[in-house]
Amino acid sequence: MSTPSPKEAPGRQGSAGLGRQDVAHLAHLARLALTDEELDHFAGQLSAVLDAVAQVGKADVADVPPTTHAVPLTNVARPDVVEPSLPRDVVLAEAPAAEDGRFRVPQILGDEE
Amino acid sequence: MSTATGARLVDFDDALTRYEPVIGLETHVELGTASKMFCGCATTFGAEPNTQTCPVCLGLPGSLPVANAAALEATIRIGLALGCRIATWSRFARKNYFYPDIPKGYQISQYDEPLCTAGHLDVEVDGETYRVEIERVHLEEDTGKNLHVGGSTGRIHGAEYSAVDFNRAGIPLVEIVTRPIPGAGAKAPEVARAYVTELREILLALGVSEVRMEQGNLRSDVNTSLAPIGSLEWGTRTETKNVNSLRAVERAVRHEIRRQAGVLDGGGRVLQETRHFHEDTGSTSPGRSKEEATDYRYFPEPDLVPVAPDAEWVEKLAAELPELPAARRARLQEEWGLSATEMAWIANAGAVDLVAGTVAAGASPADARKWWLGELARRANDAGVELAELPVTPRQVAELTALVAAGTVNDQLARQALDGVLAGEGDPARVVEARGLAVMGESDELVAAVEAAIAGAPDVVAKVQGGKVQALGALVGAVMKTTRGKADAATVKRMLEERVLGG
Repeated sequence: MSTPSPKEAPGRQGSAGLGRQDVAHLAHLARLALTDEELDHFAGQLSAVLDAVAQVGKADVADVPPTTHAVPLTNVARPDVVEPSLPRDVVLAEAPAAEDGRFRVPQILGDEE
Repeated sequence: MSTATGARLVDFDDALTRYEPVIGLETHVELGTASKMFCGCATTFGAEPNTQTCPVCLGLPGSLPVANAAALEATIRIGLALGCRIATWSRFARKNYFYPDIPKGYQISQYDEPLCTAGHLDVEVDGETYRVEIERVHLEEDTGKNLHVGGSTGRIHGAEYSAVDFNRAGIPLVEIVTRPIPGAGAKAPEVARAYVTELREILLALGVSEVRMEQGNLRSDVNTSLAPIGSLEWGTRTETKNVNSLRAVERAVRHEIRRQAGVLDGGGRVLQETRHFHEDTGSTSPGRSKEEATDYRYFPEPDLVPVAPDAEWVEKLAAELPELPAARRARLQEEWGLSATEMAWIANAGAVDLVAGTVAAGASPADARKWWLGELARRANDAGVELAELPVTPRQVAELTALVAAGTVNDQLARQALDGVLAGEGDPARVVEARGLAVMGESDELVAAVEAAIAGAPDVVAKVQGGKVQALGALVGAVMKTTRGKADAATVKRMLEERVLGG
């Protein structure tokens, strides 16, 4: 069952050291093939980014409730009304490859559908 | 087609003597909204590929989603119908994975704050009620459709490349997740099927989806695990993906029980994996291994603000829910004067609406039930279709019963009239007219047929006149034959008696 468990929840506390292993795993998830040199390179860069963001952790937020939005808005929705779609030739114009009105992509290893 | 790695299938009943199955279902329902979940693109099924797409559902940079109000409302109504708690605060989350059918690189879904939680649905199998606990009901977006081109089987293995159509991408999708269902034992396959059947009925009653399984509006992932009877721990489950017919739901569970029992009997270990169901063989085969794919890195969707359903609004939606199928069945059973078993037969045949419609069009409940569960069920079975798929309407069936009641046709002629209706020749009265099926009155034609029968069988006439009155049956038969069943047998008998025995 795809029921979330707290263990899977995202979020990283404190300092942000990001190892080569982490980068290799992320690259795999994103289906990116990285060389050893690139792994070292990105691990350093990403660690620097995370360290910079970790500065936020120094702020005193004891009285601030957690939020994912800076704007205190809820329930923004639109009516269920159909609007024009893009013309298909426009949709496919930027595709690296197309066939019979569909995007043509390299073969996929994984599930059907 | 691989049926697991060498493991043999165990006889179903035999497996149940040693193992206790636990099942669980995740069901995806495409809502029947006019526009997509986060953009105004149309949702028409079967449109030309990629003609219902825009920057939002194509995931183009800079585009922003806005939630469809009708989809939010439909999800809450589904939750209410399933007795769920409706969240007062709910959020969308990004489920990240890299796959060509998901153009943004993530699916907008819900994670730790779904719209509805903790409901239940009671289903009945063979007179016994099973309570299926609902863990959650959440809202997300559907993916695009991949067409795998090349290779010998058309399936993904051996495919040379894929062609993607994004018309389906972004259609609102509701996921309904059950808690594990233990204790169904040998009835587990039927409980699984009964659950999806009842869920489908509820969705139909709510009018939130067309729930056409053959079009993929409703697809179930079926989890099955086995544990030795008496074991305190449950076994490792498999997840059979995208099972898209009611019958297949039952078969998939049945097959997994037999297969897993074989693996366990052989001292093996059931792998936690997704599997595919094959309609032709009724078996499953492994898909990707689950371990690879669970790292979705969910995080709150920053492009959408939280959904906080107003209590008053939720109460209003609850008050406006239609009569739900179980309550309706109980009411109709009472109105039609049926036993619970008789009502269950109608429900299991998928004939509740059909019988109700026929009664509404003027037929008696007894007649409506007789035609749908008798002659029409036979025809549907012969044709290998569902009752509702037969090309005959409840109104036409009611008209047929009215023709029988009025004496215009007898049962045999009515069946011939039904042939005509099913062949597309129009309403029953018209078919009776066109095919000349009406019972003959004492017309010249019938008188001629009666007199011909008498003249043609002097020996029989002599027998009857000699006291063997039952021999008259042969003459009645002869007349019915000449008139091709159109005469009324009682009338014919009376006419023969008048002439042979003297009036």
